Amino acid sequence: MAGQNCLVTNDWICGEYLRSRSQELTDATVQHIWITAVSVAIGVAVAFPLALLARRGRHFAGPVLGLTTVLYTVPSLAMFSLLLPLFGLSAALVVTGLVLYSLTILVRNILAGLEAVPEEAKEAAHGMGYGPARLLWEVELPLALPALMAGIRIATVSTIALTTVGSIVGRGGLGNLIEDALPSFFKAQVLAASVLCVLLAVVADLLLLGLQRLLTPWTRIRAAHGPAEAEAV
Amino acid sequence: MGVLGDAWTWLTTGANWSGESGVGHRLGEHLYVSGVALALSCGIALPVALYLGHIRKGGALAVNLANVGRAVPVFAVLALFMVSPLRNAGYIPTITALVLFAVPPLLTNAYVGMTEVDRSVTEAARGMGMSGGQLFLRVELPLAYPLIMTGLRSAAVQVVATATIAAMVGQGGLGRIITAGFNTYDTAQVVAGALLVAVLALLVETVLVALDRLLSPLRRRRPA
Repeated sequence: MAGQNCLVTNDWICGEYLRSRSQELTDATVQHIWITAVSVAIGVAVAFPLALLARRGRHFAGPVLGLTTVLYTVPSLAMFSLLLPLFGLSAALVVTGLVLYSLTILVRNILAGLEAVPEEAKEAAHGMGYGPARLLWEVELPLALPALMAGIRIATVSTIALTTVGSIVGRGGLGNLIEDALPSFFKAQVLAASVLCVLLAVVADLLLLGLQRLLTPWTRIRAAHGPAEAEAV
Repeated sequence: MGVLGDAWTWLTTGANWSGESGVGHRLGEHLYVSGVALALSCGIALPVALYLGHIRKGGALAVNLANVGRAVPVFAVLALFMVSPLRNAGYIPTITALVLFAVPPLLTNAYVGMTEVDRSVTEAARGMGMSGGQLFLRVELPLAYPLIMTGLRSAAVQVVATATIAAMVGQGGLGRIITAGFNTYDTAQVVAGALLVAVLALLVETVLVALDRLLSPLRRRRPA
């Protein structure tokens, strides 16, 4: 009975809520994860060519960076509402909005990473007969990887937080639970969904950090051996 | 073009600009909430970041705090405030939520800006007999300035844009024009509200870019 009581008294933490609505919580979390994963994946796929385009010169960089900045300033609420005539009440609407949002962070990070590649490294590759494609894949991309991964981490964490706003069209993952709980001031549900959302972001960030370390083992070697200058070849 | 035309009609209708739920009042709320949130965020984030950057300590703390702050959804924080007794505290829930969102970019950028100052430069300054305070004011701060301003710009744009989310929990601001339009399936009003917030955010960004150029400590030393 004590368990039932916390639902009645509307406590912040309620074990009975977690037990009786575990299926609802799991479904919302799963929806949240796949909306985020799809959005970030599409975001990277779109941002990469855009960054390459922006790198070709000022004529392209201005419009690309300007456009993504303008997209970022559109409030998520309005973005989702504006896409309504195109997609209806679907997850595609939320994913599209989130992709457009992630572009700002991803394009800038990829661009910064590519531009930070030392000129000597590029010249050495040129001298060794590397073509533009091989230069990109084997020299520039690996060296830009830390910046790219930093961008993906920021985009993922922001996307997880922003997904909640998708609840305005009923596709907000854990945001749906928050939205549903608001009219009745259901504290346990708002708190549980919020905590899950933050946990999700922290776990995703740590997983991506681990991935980054796996993909860039040379950064650890350099750090372990003291000043980077001494190790640089 | 139809929707945009309708939105233009909505925007040019005088009646939509006056009254409690008109653009004028909502814009005032939006600017007030954003301004206070940004000022508070600067007051909290910059001293901490600059001090930690100066002593070159607490980097993990600064960055992790920033990450956790970014991971907190504004909507969730606002919802938590709205189911707590704080819901009667006027603009405080909104402002607190926006501060949580604005502190990370400010903190991280200012800290990174400070720690990216070349050690050989700070050592040279110390060798010239500069005290800690002089080193901070005349070497580190000018060199960290570009990143501090980048943080300020992204924080400002983010605050202005995300202040609209306050409308989802019934708080004021330009977002209310969007949610009101959403509730009545009035796409023209939604587009009009979105345009207003986007223009406001772009204006803020433009003003800050201009301010950045004007105040830059390295401006005069750049080759013409």
